Amino acid sequence: MADAYFTEQHELIRKLAREFAEKELTKEILDKVEETGEFPEEILDKMAAAGFFGIKIPKEYGGQGADARSYVLVMEEIARVSGVASIYVSTPNSLSGGPLLLAGNEEQKAKYLTPVVTGKKKLAFALTEPGAGSDASGMVTSAVKEGDHYVLNGRKCFITMAPLSDYAVIFAKTDMKKGNKGISAFVVDMKGPGVSCGKPEDKMGIIGCATSDIILENAIVPETDRLGEEGEGFKIAMKTLNTGRLGVAAQSIGIAQGCLDETIKYAKERKQFGQRIADFQAIGFMIANMATKLEAAKQLTYKAAYLLDTKQDTTLNASMAKYFASEVCNEIAACAVQIHGGYGFIKDYKVERMYRDCRVFTIYEGSSQVQQIVISKQLLKK
Amino acid sequence: MKILVCVKQVPDTNEVKIDPVKGTLIREGVPSILNPDDANALEAALQLKDKDPDTKIAVLTMGPPQATYMLRECLAMGADEAYLLSDRAFGGADTCATSTTIAAGIKKVGNVDLVFAGRQAIDGDTAQVGPQVAQRLNVPVVTYVKDIKAETGKVTVQRQMEDGYEIIEVQTPCLLTCVKELNEPRYMSVGAIVDAYQKEITVWGHDQVELDPKDCGLNASPTQVFRSFTPPQKGKGEMLSGSVGEIAAVLVSKLNEKHLLKKEG
Repeated sequence: MADAYFTEQHELIRKLAREFAEKELTKEILDKVEETGEFPEEILDKMAAAGFFGIKIPKEYGGQGADARSYVLVMEEIARVSGVASIYVSTPNSLSGGPLLLAGNEEQKAKYLTPVVTGKKKLAFALTEPGAGSDASGMVTSAVKEGDHYVLNGRKCFITMAPLSDYAVIFAKTDMKKGNKGISAFVVDMKGPGVSCGKPEDKMGIIGCATSDIILENAIVPETDRLGEEGEGFKIAMKTLNTGRLGVAAQSIGIAQGCLDETIKYAKERKQFGQRIADFQAIGFMIANMATKLEAAKQLTYKAAYLLDTKQDTTLNASMAKYFASEVCNEIAACAVQIHGGYGFIKDYKVERMYRDCRVFTIYEGSSQVQQIVISKQLLKK
Repeated sequence: MKILVCVKQVPDTNEVKIDPVKGTLIREGVPSILNPDDANALEAALQLKDKDPDTKIAVLTMGPPQATYMLRECLAMGADEAYLLSDRAFGGADTCATSTTIAAGIKKVGNVDLVFAGRQAIDGDTAQVGPQVAQRLNVPVVTYVKDIKAETGKVTVQRQMEDGYEIIEVQTPCLLTCVKELNEPRYMSVGAIVDAYQKEITVWGHDQVELDPKDCGLNASPTQVFRSFTPPQKGKGEMLSGSVGEIAAVLVSKLNEKHLLKKEG
C-alpha cells in the first residue's frame, strides 16, 4: 500500500469518490452552480446514495459505518473538483451530525441524525454570533425555560446552509452568568414560529451553498429537543469542532491537489519564448514547492485521521493539520493562479474558482490564529 | 434465480503504453480496473435483482491473488458472493484454456440459471471467452445483448447488430454477453465497500474445480502469438480545398502521381 495510514478498503473508497467527482461534477454543472448560486438536488441525491453524507456514522443510525480516514478521502476527492460540493459532504458528517452523535439520545438520533445522514433532511450548525466568533463564550442568544419548553431569542450569523435547512443545532445560553458553562444545545425546527433566516450572504467563494443569519424571536423549543444536559453546549460544540477541523484539512488538500493538477497540465501546454513554461526553472521550482507543501499537508491530515480512528488524542494533530493544510492550500492556489498568468484571473479556468473557494479555509471552523492558540496551549500547558 | 457474472481485471488501457520494440503491453505502474463491459454485465444482473430481490448474484474471475481487489469492487456494487480461480497451473492461458477453467468454476459454483459476461476485455479484445464458456457448459449463448427481460425458465433479449437488432427468446440456463449500451453501471457506496471487506472471497485452485494441470493454463493453450506490433503511424493527411470540380481534379492528379488509379484502355 502506497501510504502507511491506509488499507485497501480505503483505496476503494477513494476510487469511488474520485470516479464520482470526475463523472458527476462536470465543468458545465459547476459553472451553472456559480452562475445560479444553487447546487443541483439530483447530485445531492446521488451523493446520498453513494453514502457520502454518513461516512463515519454507525450503520444503526443510517450511516455507512466507515471511519475518519474514509471521510478524509471522500472530502479530498470531492474538493479536488468542487469546493462547494465538499461542504455538502462535510456538513452532515461533521458539524450537523456531530452534536447529535455526541449528545443526542436514541429518539433524537432517530428523529434527526438518520434523516440527515441519508440525505432526506438538512441540518445547520449555529454557534457564531455577530459578537461571538472565535470567542463563543461571548454569545448572547438566550434560552429561557418555561414549563416543558424553552423560549429562544437572539441572532446567529454566517450559518452555512441555514436558508436550505430543515433544522439547526442552536447554541444558546440557559444561564447568562456562567459564561461557557451556561451554554446549552438545541435542535430547532427552521420552519417553526419565531425562527427566520436573514438574506443569504454574497460570498467570495463556496458559491452554491447559501449562508445566512438565523433570527430567533421567542422561538419555542420543546425540552425533548435539548441535546445533552443544560450547560453542556460548549463542550458539545468544541468536541464537534475538534473533528470538524479534520474535514477542513481534507478540503484543503483536495483543493490544493486540484490546483496542482491544473497547474502541471497548463505549464506543459502553455508556450512562451519558444518553449513550454514548465521548462523554465522558475516555474518548475514553484511547482516543486507546491507539491512538497501539499505532501506535508496530506501527511499531517492523514495522520490526524489515523489517530482518531485508533482512538488516540487528536486535539493537537487535528489543529496542526487544519492550520497547516488551509494555509498552504491558499499558498498553492495563489501559485496556481500566478502560473496561469492572465488566464488564472479568468473564470473559464478552474484555478480562479479554487482560489476564491479556499480563502475561507483559514477562517472558518477555528481560524489559523485559533488553531495556533490550541496548538501552543497543548504544548505549554504542563 | 441465481446469476453468475464472469469478470476480468484488466490494465486500464487508457493509461497503458506499448513497448515499441517488444510489441508487448508495458504494465508497470498501470492501474488495474474491472473490465468495462463486465461492469455492464454486472449492472444487468443487479437490475434483475432490483426487480426480484430473491435473486442471488455471484461474480467469478480467473486471475492472480490481487484480483480480489476487483472482486471486492463487484461486491461493493451489490454482488452477493465472489469466487477467484487462482493457481499457477492456470497461468499463461489463451482464451481456449481460460474458458475451460471458467466453465469448471461455474460448474463448481452450481445451480446457475444465467451466466453473464462482458462482450470482450479491453486488454485482448477477443470476445471469445464468453461463447467458449457457453460451449463448454453446453448452454445456449446470445452475444451483444442490449436489453434483457427475465421470466421463469427463459429470457427475452435484444441482440445488437451493426445495422439493427434481433429479439431473441432463449431458455435458461444460458449465457449472455453484454455491450456497454446495455446500461450505466452503478456506483458503489461507502457502506457497501465496508461490507464488501467483511465478506469471504472463495479461492479455488485446479484441484477444487477438478481440472488436471495439463488441461489448463499454458499447457492447454493452442494459440501461439507469432508477433505483436504497433502499426506504423500513417503520414499526415492533406486537406484539399476549392470547388468540388477543382478538388476532384487535384485528387485525380495526386492519385495518378502515386500510381493508385488503374488506367483504362
